[in-house]
Amino acid sequence: MTVKEIFETMDYGPAPESAAEALAWLVDQGDKFGHYIDGAFTKPGKGFDSRNPATGEVLAKLTQAKQADVDAAVSAARKAQPKWEKLGGAGRARYLYAIARLLQKHSRLFAVLESLDNGKPIRESRDIDIPLAQRHFYYHAGMAQLMESELPDAQALGVCGQIIPWNFPLLMLAWKIAPAIAMGNTVVLKPAEYTSLTALLFADICSQAGLPKGVVNIVTGDGAVGEMIVNADVDKIAFTGSTVVGRRIREATAGSSKELTLELGGKSAYVVFDDADIDSAIEGLVDAIWFNQGQVCCAGSRLLVQEGIADRFHDKLRARMDNLRIGNPLDKCIDVGAVVDPVQLQTIKGMVESNTAGHVHQAACELPSNGCYYPPTLISGLETSDPLMQEEIFGPVLVSSSFRTPEEAVELANNTRYGLAATVWTENVNLALDIAPKLVAGVVWVNATNLFDAAAGFGGVRESGFGREGGWEGLAAYTKPKGKAKPLTKVEAVMGEGTPVDPIDRTAKMYVGGKQARPDGGYSKPVWGKSGLLGHVGLANRKDVRNAVEAAAGAKVWSKTTGHLRAQILYYIGENLSARAGEFAARIDAMTGKKDGAKEVEASIQRLFTAAAWADKYDGQVHGVPIRGVAIAMKEPVGVIGALCADEAPLLGLVSAMAPAIAMGNRTVLVASEPYPLAATDFYQILETSDVPAGVVNILTGSHAELAKPLASHLNVDAVWSFSSTDLSKEIEAVSAGNLKRTWVNNATAFEWGVDQSRRFLQAATEVKNIWVPYGE
Amino acid sequence: METQSTQSPVRTAHLPQVTEPRNPGMDLDLDWVRAVQANTSAIERRAATLPGRRSVKKEFQAAWLLKAITMIDLTTLSGDDTAGRVRRLCAKARQPVAPTVLHALDMPPITTGAVCVYHDMIETAVEALKGTGIPVAAVSTGFPAGLSPFHLRVAEIEESVKAGAEEIDIVISRRHVLSGDWQALYDEMKAFRAACGNAHVKAILATGELGSLRNVARASLVCMMAGADFIKTSTGKESVNATLPVSLVMIRAIRDYYDLTGYRVGYKPAGGISKAKDALVYLSLIKDELGDRWLEPDLFRFGASSLLGDIERQLEHYVTGAYSAGYRHSMG
Repeated sequence: MTVKEIFETMDYGPAPESAAEALAWLVDQGDKFGHYIDGAFTKPGKGFDSRNPATGEVLAKLTQAKQADVDAAVSAARKAQPKWEKLGGAGRARYLYAIARLLQKHSRLFAVLESLDNGKPIRESRDIDIPLAQRHFYYHAGMAQLMESELPDAQALGVCGQIIPWNFPLLMLAWKIAPAIAMGNTVVLKPAEYTSLTALLFADICSQAGLPKGVVNIVTGDGAVGEMIVNADVDKIAFTGSTVVGRRIREATAGSSKELTLELGGKSAYVVFDDADIDSAIEGLVDAIWFNQGQVCCAGSRLLVQEGIADRFHDKLRARMDNLRIGNPLDKCIDVGAVVDPVQLQTIKGMVESNTAGHVHQAACELPSNGCYYPPTLISGLETSDPLMQEEIFGPVLVSSSFRTPEEAVELANNTRYGLAATVWTENVNLALDIAPKLVAGVVWVNATNLFDAAAGFGGVRESGFGREGGWEGLAAYTKPKGKAKPLTKVEAVMGEGTPVDPIDRTAKMYVGGKQARPDGGYSKPVWGKSGLLGHVGLANRKDVRNAVEAAAGAKVWSKTTGHLRAQILYYIGENLSARAGEFAARIDAMTGKKDGAKEVEASIQRLFTAAAWADKYDGQVHGVPIRGVAIAMKEPVGVIGALCADEAPLLGLVSAMAPAIAMGNRTVLVASEPYPLAATDFYQILETSDVPAGVVNILTGSHAELAKPLASHLNVDAVWSFSSTDLSKEIEAVSAGNLKRTWVNNATAFEWGVDQSRRFLQAATEVKNIWVPYGE
Repeated sequence: METQSTQSPVRTAHLPQVTEPRNPGMDLDLDWVRAVQANTSAIERRAATLPGRRSVKKEFQAAWLLKAITMIDLTTLSGDDTAGRVRRLCAKARQPVAPTVLHALDMPPITTGAVCVYHDMIETAVEALKGTGIPVAAVSTGFPAGLSPFHLRVAEIEESVKAGAEEIDIVISRRHVLSGDWQALYDEMKAFRAACGNAHVKAILATGELGSLRNVARASLVCMMAGADFIKTSTGKESVNATLPVSLVMIRAIRDYYDLTGYRVGYKPAGGISKAKDALVYLSLIKDELGDRWLEPDLFRFGASSLLGDIERQLEHYVTGAYSAGYRHSMG
């Protein structure tokens, strides 16, 4: 076109970023890559092509890792780890700073390579992905520096296996590697097979930074390599990817003592109230669902608009969509680039085509004739029962529905199995701050969307996974308490015969929904002490579990009560227990045949008081994110926690788990010590006289082995803990995969009940939700 | 969407009433005004990322910069303005780009959008621009503060129109916005519009003095309801003049007004736009938010004095491949 013609049409022309330097780097590497193991690249072997999704061109040949490669990487990491940890936080911080600086120095090379490999617009890789990756290393260099002073009781986990997705290749690498190595771990990371190139460039950076060999190892390949890492001799698996694969990893690592964090899928709600700045909310949607072609786990993909403005909102939205520019990812003047791979493109097409409901609008923008492109799409007028309102599409497809009231908005937003992120638009601060905590999600953005920073934790609840990445809360995923656990000893019930100690029959029942309950099955078992028969307890079955969970789920109000109120009730429980201390001590001694019952009761009272003290003090944080605004890290209760309580400490084990859990607003289903259940059944009398609302604490008695499965597989239980002396870790973690509940199991190690470890319980009893509130008038 | 085809870019008149049905205004709709929201953080984010989302290069950039020149209200509003100074400015308006550069770009002659002066300079400017079709715009109504007696402000408009100004840039009473007296603002604007007669009226909101973006949005709407042909950010005399966030708010108001009434109101950012690069960002903002129809001088103007010089240097750079120097281009 001539200048004169353009003067008339005022078209945008092409504005391509040069790929020359990135392509030259690939040529320098021989267009072929091996793995990065023990500080060096291995010889390239058999493998697969890495392609540019915008053109289909082959960028490089990558090597498919074999078992021997994974083993070599893990053993390099294992060998390097003790020295890396011993180097100390300050020593490690220098390396993290060096990596951050090198990322900054080569930022354009990383950005161009990322866009070539993944298909994302150069604007995004240049202005978002790469700067955030740098920021993650800078931030965690600081965390390494502060580790000894601020986390004196924490130590590294060891070797971490990390498996990352293709949507934010370098950024996800940074989210995984930076906190891990900051805390003294070493890593074996597998990038996604579609997008390994920036990870390999990063490997080069590690060498340039002089990072000790073996601290970072990178192996390439498909899901089979991921599986090898999951099954390898590692201490932790961190995975970001689909919920389906996350569930498989949960099952595969069950009972292995490997720590696990999962950052999985989402169908995040984008809620617009009628007093919102509509144009800004629409612009927000561009960043929510058309950012990175919608291939974002936390994409605001489910639009909910208040009825009064719904028509106008959708009209404006469609007009905005028609203005989007889609095309060559390296063009500096496009909004939407290429979908990562033809396979993904087919998935998106298939899902949209299979939908018959609602009204489909596809942006009236030109698509390039070649390459993996899909037009920005809106499917409006869907209902919660339509599959596309529930299933993650992972493409540039927005679905929408409407609501009438704030209450209904919350219900609709939470009507999902996922819980990653949510967005709220309203100019009313009362409404925003009321709604944000009610949305079941790990991250909530108010009048903004897709804001990320290393200082604020990111991660989900429900089937969006568990664990946080970023912020102080993210460090828990890469540390463990100092000290070594002793092996678990099975505690057997005392077997006996003879007449009851007390001739008056006192039948211990179970405690469900604030009432004493007989076992559904109608079976009981005797409890013997050295001196004779102490009584009978009911044998709970899966229906009793069902009833107890039902009661716990129904006691929702408890989670909304104030910390002050919960503290008062916990103090009351402690006082009432104290009043009957002698009786409880005697009961414990009678069951265990030991003489430390009094000590156990005293410790239990202390645990109750400690939990009461924490109830209104286990504060969240306000993170220092680089915006004009705040990211409020709120600690929220996990929900319904099921726990198999310690066998060896029949009262203290139960109280140690219960007290912090309810202090934080959870509701509990507690299975009593199997050999010594009568302390727990006596304890419900204390609960009954202490103003504990019905359903907040439910106590079952019976076989841990039998109750573990119904409890851990129950889809309305949010977390399951096991301190049983029967090692049920594997079974519990395997069936917990159903709804990806959080697990805390003993992995056949003993717990030191005599030591107050309330903080660990408080941490396990809470989820951190980050609420981003930008402000300014 | 367009009701009329765009005119030839080398037009003889830049007046909106020539090419577009003129905005007749409407009754003051207070429900609409009060429902308007503007979320500052979100608007700032959109404005901050826009330069990174749009890029215009090479021949496209040259064409866009030429277009930008045709939208400049070449302005002098100084106490020391003289007839000589104004004549030099008008000469520059007639021939803003060196013929050699235009020739290299294979472009016919272009002019700036208008020349903008104080009342006393109108006659000089009209005389100097005779036969060019370049309108003379006059700032009016007690510019820049707008605090002279109301009847004098109206009379000033009438005098300026009589003197030959075809465009009148009025200033609103900021106090009406700050006190939320939308009726007073509406009445004032309506009176100014009536006084303008056939001259077209640009309403200067002085956005830097309105306190919030929400006020900017509401004032924009009220002025359009009262019949403004253009809404304009600033006098150039406030401490904060045209900004991208303010522009975003005002053009979104223009879009809403068009959606409801079908009348296109023009937009003029003024003050603080001095670089060619900034002009390109403004044009892409207009293109993306309002559409191509607004990329013509009858619906968009830059109020600027030093912008032209930077654009000339960029154009010469495009033509020669070498970075240019200011003294190589005639001063205005």
